[in-house]
Amino acid sequence: MNSNEEPNLPIEADADQTLMDQATLVRRAGHSRRTFLFKLSLLANGVVGAVMAVPIIGYLLGPGSKTAAAEEYWVPLGPITNFPEGETRLATFRNPVTTAWDGQTGDVPCWVRRQSGTTFQVFAINCAHLGCPVRWFSESKLFLCPCHGGAYYEDGARASGPPERGLFVYDHKLSGDLLMISAGTMPTLATRQTTTAETLTQIAAAIPSAAIPMPKPRCASCQD
Amino acid sequence: MPGLTQTGKNIYQWFEDRLGLGKPVMEAVEHEVPESTASWWYVFGSAATVLLVMQVMTGVLLGLVYSPSAGHAWSSLEFLDHSVRLGWFLRALHGWGSDFMIAIVLIHMAQVFLFGAYKFPRELTWIVGVVSLLLTLAMAFTGQVLRFDQDSYWGLGIGASIVSRVPWIGGPLVRLMLGGPIIAGPTLTRFFALHVFIIPGLLIAMVAVHLWMVLRLGINEWPMPGRLVSKTTYTRNYQKLTRDTGIAFVPDAAWKDAIFAAAIMLAVMACAFFFGPFGPTGQPDPTIIQTAPKPDFAFLWIYAVLAYLPPSLETPMLFIAPVLGIGAMLLLPLLSPQGEKHWSRRPIAVLMVAVIAVVLGVFTHLGTYTPWSPIMDAWTSDPIPVIYLQGRTPLERQGALVLQNKQCRNCHSIGGSGGLRGPALDGVATRMTEDQIFRQVLQGGGNMPAYGNALSPPETKALVRFLSTLNNKNEPKAIDASRNLVTAAPDKTAPVGVH
Repeated sequence: MNSNEEPNLPIEADADQTLMDQATLVRRAGHSRRTFLFKLSLLANGVVGAVMAVPIIGYLLGPGSKTAAAEEYWVPLGPITNFPEGETRLATFRNPVTTAWDGQTGDVPCWVRRQSGTTFQVFAINCAHLGCPVRWFSESKLFLCPCHGGAYYEDGARASGPPERGLFVYDHKLSGDLLMISAGTMPTLATRQTTTAETLTQIAAAIPSAAIPMPKPRCASCQD
Repeated sequence: MPGLTQTGKNIYQWFEDRLGLGKPVMEAVEHEVPESTASWWYVFGSAATVLLVMQVMTGVLLGLVYSPSAGHAWSSLEFLDHSVRLGWFLRALHGWGSDFMIAIVLIHMAQVFLFGAYKFPRELTWIVGVVSLLLTLAMAFTGQVLRFDQDSYWGLGIGASIVSRVPWIGGPLVRLMLGGPIIAGPTLTRFFALHVFIIPGLLIAMVAVHLWMVLRLGINEWPMPGRLVSKTTYTRNYQKLTRDTGIAFVPDAAWKDAIFAAAIMLAVMACAFFFGPFGPTGQPDPTIIQTAPKPDFAFLWIYAVLAYLPPSLETPMLFIAPVLGIGAMLLLPLLSPQGEKHWSRRPIAVLMVAVIAVVLGVFTHLGTYTPWSPIMDAWTSDPIPVIYLQGRTPLERQGALVLQNKQCRNCHSIGGSGGLRGPALDGVATRMTEDQIFRQVLQGGGNMPAYGNALSPPETKALVRFLSTLNNKNEPKAIDASRNLVTAAPDKTAPVGVH
């Protein structure tokens, strides 16, 4: 404790013992009071810190609090005439949830298999092992993953390699002649079913496909 | 001239009177260390610190140009490489500096471990060092993300896929990691914040604490076999050793640190100059799927491990092994704070370092050529060797075409080219009979997909006939001995057709 803060204490005049004791008592009282005030200030700062932490933690956890279902939307992949029967084609769509600075990362590819007529399967591009982009090989009727060599049959079922499961599938439906899928989040084990589950094709009310600009599907077997 | 020197001293004194930093700093740099520590084995920590300083400096310089926007990051790297004078060299310095830093930090750790330096009273120094190693690796991973190219994009995909396997909270964790539902703009900005603000801040603080403890507790003396560490006597003995054999750290010991650091910096500059910057590879456009993503050098071993783990072990290994590994590293000094320091009396420690180094080395080497990955364009780029077509029947040659067209080459090499996922087919007829090849092709198995749906009966027949001609030179074809027995003696006792 700094004695400058207590100029009126008669420290020099220590002739009398009782006077000295009084001075010590006063100083102790002052110390006790200031210690209490300091603790009070710690408490006040603790409260302020806790109040401040609420919005900060809320901000940090914000992206994690939304559920996958909240950001799933029906997006069009194009008229079904783009997808010949019995073939598997690469289709791309703009993710329904994007920011202005996403650039190309907002474009998401997927594999569309048209078995026949209105029977479709839409597979995620991401390998069910660790998310690398699987490629369709029409001759051997396999999806192959370049990362760890996962292989899937044409119906998305696991063929070989590290994946324990089939490809991820998007729910899809037909609006008139328009193929639509429910998409919006990156397909992972936490968000999407794999091909073990039977997928259903719904036929909903007709929407004219010409009204929506559509990306062209790409040739599946072209390697470059 | 003397007047000038005096002026200089006066200026220094003016600052020193106000700052008061000169004296403690001089005391720190001139502090006495045991003579035995003035060794070339004791130079790695200081070199790692020098590399950290270089990484901070080059990082700040790259920050002058880099744009942390998913739509522009890749272009800004191309701009740095091609349109900013010496931008390529700064990128190369930063990239090579990162690889060197990881290597030096690992060597430093192995040296400290083998010299028993983590024992009393330097337990916390080791623990802080382990945290610094993890932060260094985190810098490497986030740095790879900022090089926002195809490898970075799909590397994030791998990261998200791993995180999604966390039980119960996998989904929210993925969204926290990506900053949104997909890998996009918010993903890059949060990795930018991690790489540029958060992790470097923590790392610099950790290194400062680490250095403070090295100064406070003294550098580990050169261990002697039989000189055991005991909590009761160590400090006294160390002080005596320093008193008896002490030399000033600067300049008597530090010159070796300085020369080694200079050599390392020269090596980084040479690598940067001759080999150039890393990438960027293709644009981070997920619709361009003609890519074989690969992590940076420091993580190739993890990539290899994930290819070789049995599927059922994968998730446990991903989440339990790191906890055990990091936990063991953190607990090591607390569990073994006393006793022998010298490597010649610690065979298990030496064995551990050797085994870990060999394992990491082998997996990293495998990661450089990924034998488990199909080679996606082998079927269109690698021809069947002519020698395998000579003297074949038309049906067998047709089979060679089937082999090519059905993309078998993506996983099977023939004539030394093609994938390494499956066995080479050059000597397949030596190993398997025609019937066995039929079965293997149609039904798959042993990590091979079944091709029953992808091959017509004539295609299968042609393919198997061709494969049956591929026996090793001077080795007979595999035969089914029992079949020979049956076909050679059809009229023996067993009545045919009973079953």
